[in-house]
Amino acid sequence: MKGFVDLDRVSLRYGGEDDGTLALHEATLKVALGEFVAVVGPSGCGKSTLMKVVTGLWPPTAGSIAVSGREVTGPLSIVGMAFQNPTLLPWRTTLANIMLPLEIVRPHCTRLRRERASYEAKVRDLLALVGLKGFEDHFPWQLSGGMQQRASLCRALIHDPSLLMLDEPFASLDMFTREELWMALQDLWLARQPTVILVTHDLREAAFLADRVLVMSARPGRIVAERTVDLPRPRALEVTYEPYSVALVHELREHISASRTQTACKG
Amino acid sequence: MSETVETPVRRGKPPLIRRKTLRRILPWIVIVTFFALWEIFVRLFEIEQFVLPAPSAIFAAGWQWRWPILDNSWQTFMTTAIGFLIAVAFGLLAGLAIGSSSLIYDGFYPALIGFNSIPKVAIIPILVIWFGIGTVPAIITAFLISFFPILVNVATGIATMEPELQDVLRALGARRWQVIMKVGLPRSMPYFFASLKVAITFAFVGSIVAETVAANKGIGHLMLVASSRFEVPLAFAGLLVTSVMGIGMYAVAAAIEQRMTGWAMRGADGGMNAPPA
Ligand SMILES: Nc1ncnc2c1ncn2[C@@H]1O[C@H](COP(=O)(O)OP(=O)(O)OP(=O)(O)O)[C@@H](O)[C@H]1O
Ligand SMILES: [Mg+2]
Repeated sequence: MKGFVDLDRVSLRYGGEDDGTLALHEATLKVALGEFVAVVGPSGCGKSTLMKVVTGLWPPTAGSIAVSGREVTGPLSIVGMAFQNPTLLPWRTTLANIMLPLEIVRPHCTRLRRERASYEAKVRDLLALVGLKGFEDHFPWQLSGGMQQRASLCRALIHDPSLLMLDEPFASLDMFTREELWMALQDLWLARQPTVILVTHDLREAAFLADRVLVMSARPGRIVAERTVDLPRPRALEVTYEPYSVALVHELREHISASRTQTACKG
Repeated sequence: MSETVETPVRRGKPPLIRRKTLRRILPWIVIVTFFALWEIFVRLFEIEQFVLPAPSAIFAAGWQWRWPILDNSWQTFMTTAIGFLIAVAFGLLAGLAIGSSSLIYDGFYPALIGFNSIPKVAIIPILVIWFGIGTVPAIITAFLISFFPILVNVATGIATMEPELQDVLRALGARRWQVIMKVGLPRSMPYFFASLKVAITFAFVGSIVAETVAANKGIGHLMLVASSRFEVPLAFAGLLVTSVMGIGMYAVAAAIEQRMTGWAMRGADGGMNAPPA
């Protein structure tokens, strides 16, 4: 079977052959078109690296990556990526930061000049959705860490990408805001069906949002386990407290804890 | 005990305002005191006017010769401005090229440093051979002396682009030039405007030096003529006008910097007036 995202024994080493860090070791995974996949694993195991490899930002040391049936050789333009750090451009206001993808990605970049007003309205709607109404004209340093993260999420969504890569997008939010955004993300996914790869440390989040959860081993990262989440959509927040989800979270926790101790013994 | 808690609140505001006004008038106090001491010094020791004229004599000479001074200042201002603008255009473009390509950087940088080490005064006679005495050598000197800081700053700003910010654009499929236009250039703007303040004074020095050596007009030429005729107060008046113009040009560059790179300063006062800890 060919997936929409297809990684075949991908390895990545940062730095030189001998003294570099092996971040990924023969990671293999497939994601179907329109699927929502969550990736969990211990800190430093190579999750962010996996994201960079899939989007073509870093070429792999070995192995091959294909997205949408085509070999990835450089950065892709169908991707919306929310980085682990918000990385907003400090000289741009929130609004201008979120407009950025529209200035680059086709076909928006050609339309932007003529349809600026309608695009701006779209940005404002998105900002309202994540609770940033009224902060359009603020600069990044006038926003809190969590607010920056939400703005960065908006930037990943604005151009309707067909592949959404989210690297711990809710990490610095309180639980209530986080749960609100889970619902918003689920609605968005149900409406447009993009393919989503979500990296998270929150197992409840993974179980609630994803169709499938992948567990990575400690560094060098590899997919060591995967679990399909059989819950009907749309899901309500209460399901995270039902026995099925609780058991799932528990099982994922076991997997991660096992992969951590394994390397601890080896090293 | 309650008093010690209250005092900082009551006292908090007035010192800050007083500090601000003090800051504003302090430069004037320094200048006035300087001239006053100078005047006293000259009168006390009865120094001859052709050695060191008193400020009063300088101001008098300045007033007496106001039209020639204005005329020549305008000339100097124009040569400086033209040389400076060429330097800005060239520095920006060359900085862009050098900062965005490590190949161009490696190739050109050593040569540029070598060129910059040449004292520009030494070039003026050659310029005179090529262009004759007049405005052109002054413009070229102003340009040559002031483009380097602009170039280096723009190049540094672009070359030190954070990889994280580059990735934001690359992840969208942006081309290399788009990354430079959207990230490199805006991010180098604080460096660029900071360098303008240095470059404008350099350009000014350059054109005046060239005027004293090879011109028939300009404030540098005026000072040269004045001192050859032993009109020492007039020469000093020229110096005075020069420094006033220098301050003026610096102030303009600083004001533009403030307007354009407010994001890097984080607010209007640049944090300079933050209350002392
Ligand atoms: N640019 C880089 N250069 C060199 N080494 C790197 C670089 N980025 C990451 N690494 C190394 O690769 C390993 C994996 O890093 P990565 O950022 O992928 O971890 P992660 O799973 O995202 O961790 P976290 O959950 O803490 O975000 C780490 O050991 C790190 O030291
Ligand atoms: Mg990470």
